[in-house]
Formats: sequence, C-alpha cells, structure tokens
Amino acid sequence: MARTLINVPAKARRGEIIEIKALIQHEMETGFRVSTTGNVIPRDIITDFVCKYNGEEIFRAELFPAISANPFFSFFTTATGSGTIIFEWSGDNGFFASVAAEIAVE
Amino acid sequence: MNRAALTTCAAALLTNIAAAAEIPLSERKSGYEFMGRDIRAMQDDVTTNPGMLWVLDGEALWKRREGAAEKSCADCHGEASLSMRGAAARYPAFDPRRGRPVDLESRINICRAEQQKATPFPFESKQLLAVTAYIGRQSRGMAINIPDDDRLKPFLQLGREMFTQRQGQLNLSCSQCHDDNWGQKLASAPIPQGHPTGYPLYRLEWQTLGSLQRRLRNCFVGMRTKLYPFGAPEYVDLGLYLMGRARGMKLEIPAVRP
Repeated sequence: MARTLINVPAKARRGEIIEIKALIQHEMETGFRVSTTGNVIPRDIITDFVCKYNGEEIFRAELFPAISANPFFSFFTTATGSGTIIFEWSGDNGFFASVAAEIAVE
Repeated sequence: MNRAALTTCAAALLTNIAAAAEIPLSERKSGYEFMGRDIRAMQDDVTTNPGMLWVLDGEALWKRREGAAEKSCADCHGEASLSMRGAAARYPAFDPRRGRPVDLESRINICRAEQQKATPFPFESKQLLAVTAYIGRQSRGMAINIPDDDRLKPFLQLGREMFTQRQGQLNLSCSQCHDDNWGQKLASAPIPQGHPTGYPLYRLEWQTLGSLQRRLRNCFVGMRTKLYPFGAPEYVDLGLYLMGRARGMKLEIPAVRP
C-alpha cells in the first residue's frame, strides 16, 4: 500500500476545532504526458479522498489530473467524541489506500 | 617584468579575487532561509514533509534482506539511528580502494554490490533516493563536517575549479551566481548560496525527491554547459567542494524546496 502520513491530534477537548492533515505518496500521472518513445503515458491518479469520523463522513474531495503528485490535504473539524478517524483514497487502476487514527476527546 | 614573476602576480591576483568572493561564515544561509513561511512549515513538520514518505520507504529497505548474500543493511550496520548518525555530514568521503571520494549514493551501491551481492540501484531510482534519505535523516540537525583529510584536497581543488570556472554558452560560473549574487533574483526566484544542506530533497517543481546530482544538472542545463552522466566523478568533486564550502552548516535532510 502507498505510504501515508497522517496528523490527527491524539487528544482534544469536546467542541474544540482541530486540524487534520493527510499526505499520501502517489505519482498522479496526468495522462497528458508522452514518454521518450512518443507514446502517451496512461493516466494514473487518485480520484477520491474521503475522511470519516466515527463512521460519519466529514470531508470529501475529488481529485483531477492538475493536482500535484503526493497530494496533501489539511482541513478542520470539531472534536465531537473519542474514536477513530478513517482516511480513504481511491483512484485509477483499482488504487485504494486506507489509514485509521485514534483520537481521545475529553 | 619576467614571465615567471608575471604569472605569480596573476596567480596572486586570482587568489585574492576568489578569496574576496567567498561567503563569510556569519553570512552563510541555507536555501531554507530564502523560502516563504508555507514551505518552511511544510519542511519542519514531519507529517507534512513529503520527503518523509521516502524516509519511510528507506527504513523498510534498510531492513529488507536482499541479493545473493541474503543480507539487509541492518544485518551489518544495526540500528541506523546509531550507526548512520553523522554519516551524511561527512560524505562524500574518501574511499582508499577507489583512490577517490565517493558520495552517499555510490557508497550505498558499493555496499549493495559487494556485501549484499545485489544489483546496484539505478541513479535517481526511488529506492536509491529512499535509502539515501533514510540515512541522511539520521544526521538531521548535525553540522556538515567534511574531514580535513589530505587525500581529499586534490578533489576539493577540482571541485573548486569547477565551481569558479566560467563554462557553457552563457559563459557563467557557479560562483558568479552563488558567491557574488546570492539574495538577488533570477527571474522571480531568489538565488540561494548553493549549500547542499538538505539532499536528497523534495522539490515542489519536481514533485518528487531528487539528489544533489540532479540539482547540479539543473544548474548546468541553465548555464547551457556540458552535462555529465549520473554518477560521473565531476559531480562528486563539485559536491565535495560544496559540502566543504558549507562546513558547519546544519543538515536538514530531507529538505523541501520550491
């Protein structure tokens, strides 16, 4: 599976606004480039990113060829309760990666 | 004035010019200091620094048994955080068997070929960059410390000549930008001092990690001068000179640059 780097605060107060960061290793081949032999390099990108907090979807993004390699997302959410935050990336050629992070809310 | 005296005179003059152009220790700045706040923050946080993805790959490769010898890097070198601490700060280092300095990438490949009996990684391959970044990471925050080794001196001199020699269709030397005009702009980009404190580093322009050799080739293309193939001794000599020139500066591997 692709390498990922996730930053979720381990602890938060209930109702606190927390920043979440997610970085994934991916070439994001646009499908517009040609190889040295003149053939088009087929598109290979991540197309969807979803973040779920205790099963509830809190962030979703669609990705396109113009997005850089190793896409990085940073967003904010409210700490509603202790539990698991799941990150899922899916894309061309059956690409799928999933990571979970735990958060304790007091 | 006879010819010998004239030559001496000219040599003295050249030395003076070169000495005057060199950046004093107190004014040395890493490329980091020429970047904006956003990219600095990206480099500083291990969860946003994309170079760390390669470091993680490198850690896996460090532990993986490879080649006919069925040995991993860890089997000989153990814990990288102990055995590789400071390694990147003293490379390129002199290799007595080859009679010349080798850079970290070549050292890894020599180890692969001789100890692991495996095929060397191609230059700029993901694996070679990953292992180099992982080893380099162990020296993060340490000062560059190219040893004062007499055997390195001729190669430092070669590197220095390459740095100060005008070359290419634009008739430029490295020194004209990086000693004499650092802090100015080249189009919209600031000209840094050219200290290799963070290689292999993640360039947003490349969208990937790259080695110092790749960066040097970038400059050579800009100067419209001769490109040497990857792994050529010229890059190692120039890299050695640059590391010597940056002696005492802190390593920031894997760095992020625009």
